[in-house]
Amino acid sequence: MDLAYTEEEQEFRARLRAWLATVLPALPAKPAPDDWPGRRAYDTAWQRALYDAGYAGLHWPVDAGGRGATPTQHLIFLEETERAGAPYVGANFVGLLHAGPTIAAEGTAEQRARWLPPVLRGDEIWCQGFSEPEAGSDLAALRTRAVRDGDHYVVSGSKIWTSHAEVADWCELLVRTDPAAPRHRGISWLAMEMDAPGVTVRPLRTLAGSTEFAEMFLDEVRVPVSHRVGAENDGWRVTMVTLSFERGTAFVGEVVACRRTLAALAAEARRNGRWDDPVLRRGLGRLNAEFRALWRLTQWNVSEAQRAGSGGVPGTGGSVFKLRYSHARQELYEAAAEVLGADSADLDREWALDRLSSLSYTIAAGTSQIQRNIVAERILGLPKGR
Amino acid sequence: MDFQLSDDQRALRAGVRELLAGRFGRDRMRAALDAGTGVDRALWRELGEAGFFALRLPEAEGGVGLGLPEAVLLFEEAGRSLLPGPLIATHLAAGPVKGAAQGEAVVAVLDAGQPVAHLGEADALLVLGPGDGRGVPEESATVREAATVREAADPVRSIDPFTPLWRVAEPAEAGEPLPRDGRLRTEGALLAAAEQLGSAARTTEMAVQHAGAREQFGAPIGSFQAVKHLCAGMLVRAELARCAVYAAAVTADPVEIAGAKLLADDAAVRNARDCLQVHGGMGFTWESDVHLHLKRAWLRSGQWLTAAAAEEVLAGNLC
Repeated sequence: MDLAYTEEEQEFRARLRAWLATVLPALPAKPAPDDWPGRRAYDTAWQRALYDAGYAGLHWPVDAGGRGATPTQHLIFLEETERAGAPYVGANFVGLLHAGPTIAAEGTAEQRARWLPPVLRGDEIWCQGFSEPEAGSDLAALRTRAVRDGDHYVVSGSKIWTSHAEVADWCELLVRTDPAAPRHRGISWLAMEMDAPGVTVRPLRTLAGSTEFAEMFLDEVRVPVSHRVGAENDGWRVTMVTLSFERGTAFVGEVVACRRTLAALAAEARRNGRWDDPVLRRGLGRLNAEFRALWRLTQWNVSEAQRAGSGGVPGTGGSVFKLRYSHARQELYEAAAEVLGADSADLDREWALDRLSSLSYTIAAGTSQIQRNIVAERILGLPKGR
Repeated sequence: MDFQLSDDQRALRAGVRELLAGRFGRDRMRAALDAGTGVDRALWRELGEAGFFALRLPEAEGGVGLGLPEAVLLFEEAGRSLLPGPLIATHLAAGPVKGAAQGEAVVAVLDAGQPVAHLGEADALLVLGPGDGRGVPEESATVREAATVREAADPVRSIDPFTPLWRVAEPAEAGEPLPRDGRLRTEGALLAAAEQLGSAARTTEMAVQHAGAREQFGAPIGSFQAVKHLCAGMLVRAELARCAVYAAAVTADPVEIAGAKLLADDAAVRNARDCLQVHGGMGFTWESDVHLHLKRAWLRSGQWLTAAAAEEVLAGNLC
């Protein structure tokens, strides 16, 4: 058990820190939350800066244009960029973290050459068309149909919870190509152009008031067969290859940010006198234990992935992490509301909007209930059932 | 960074598990429970020979020369197997107290205001100073003869059948000063956290095993989400506590140790409660082992560093 970073890892950190110190002061102001073209421009400009400095696709394999960094280097990158206040992955999320790695793992040479470089350079944005109104936790129930017509598929159906749909160039789309097959075996993975005729995007407003995601209606959208990644009807496996392997790094930046928020909450409580309330104070102490342990769990999972070598490890450790983290994040912002007292009703106060958005954490990317099923069945080996 | 067990650490853990399975397996554990004998002196000496107490003493002093990370692996196994006796105090006393390292002496701990565990069987007492667990040097810890303290002590009917308790008056006279003071309370808290971790992991296994075997409504109860989710929650608690305990053993940082104790106490107590629930009526019987884990977990939560003290340490660290 070694928590010390190697000399090589320390050098990587020092170089990154020095680069961040030169590049961050020159960044433009952050765009408003509902200014989607502005957000796209801001996020892609940052991706371009990363690309020019050699940090784009850090965790991608070298033969896909990535840097082939170790999980620990990736952890250091995410930790340092968060500490320095660098922009988030933002609109580049799906391209860098799911669609890109899927194409890198399962795409043909032509597909890799066409789609991967623009993701790394920040030239093209991807969104994800997986969930449907009738296929949420039960993703394999998806109904969006793709019917073969010569060298095209004709796609009709609807998708939901699609982030960045308004500004995306491409959509990684799961469609049903064989309605007669068992449900996991009749699905294909397609890359769909978002400006193709028949694609309609309708933004959805979240309970926090902003439009973070959208519904997508597909009416006989024509997608070339050459835009299918993997074999026809093999889309479920193609998708899971990337989803089910992880390097433990999914929430590195967020845990760093939560620990900073916790320290800020303590400082505010000292300032406004609520620190003298032992219940509140001890609650903050408990959250300190929680987030420190979540950081150690991150290091544990990253070390495990590092030992496993390229590709990472089956993502069950990620379920353990996500279950605890999503809950801890909600508790953090409940504590923030207690520190703020009556001011927690003021949406312009720091933490008020974060408290609202934290409500999505136990739902998005697999609800806590689904995560518990995964932990119980895949780690503990309990029987499947209903 | 390589925050995983090394090959040597894995081998050490496997060796201790094997030793305890052979020497204190379930049958022996239940026999000891029925006999009501607290510390088994022969087993104590075997633990001494295996290096349980001398683990962190330098090799030049007859020890094994290992560190806190290895010690938490040992105490985790002790917690799993419900091994009774003042293991932590004797481990901490190895070196300064004659015979402790070899398992010849049984050393209990006296922490002001707390009942003393195993006073009746102890040869010596480690008297903790009133340190606050924040890493500031505790007032000198001392060592006293157990017999003199016992004269003015009353036995308590202990909630944990494996841990006899004695209520003692405040110690009037000072004992022999101990050279390793200042770290005793935090190290004791860390090792107690390791025992809690072992218990939490064990009750998770017990619950999963029962949920997979017990059938109702024509199916294993572990196929029902209501039961499945209890088990998943247990694993999450145990694994978070594991990372907290192991990391605290590596850094030996008092704040990190406070966090580890807090989370491990929580994992041990709540996992034992959930394990009891998964076992249904059987979980409420004397025959089941679940109550032994719960009762020990309750006791350990109040020892070395309580939740209230740990939370204050962790809160103080934020400012």
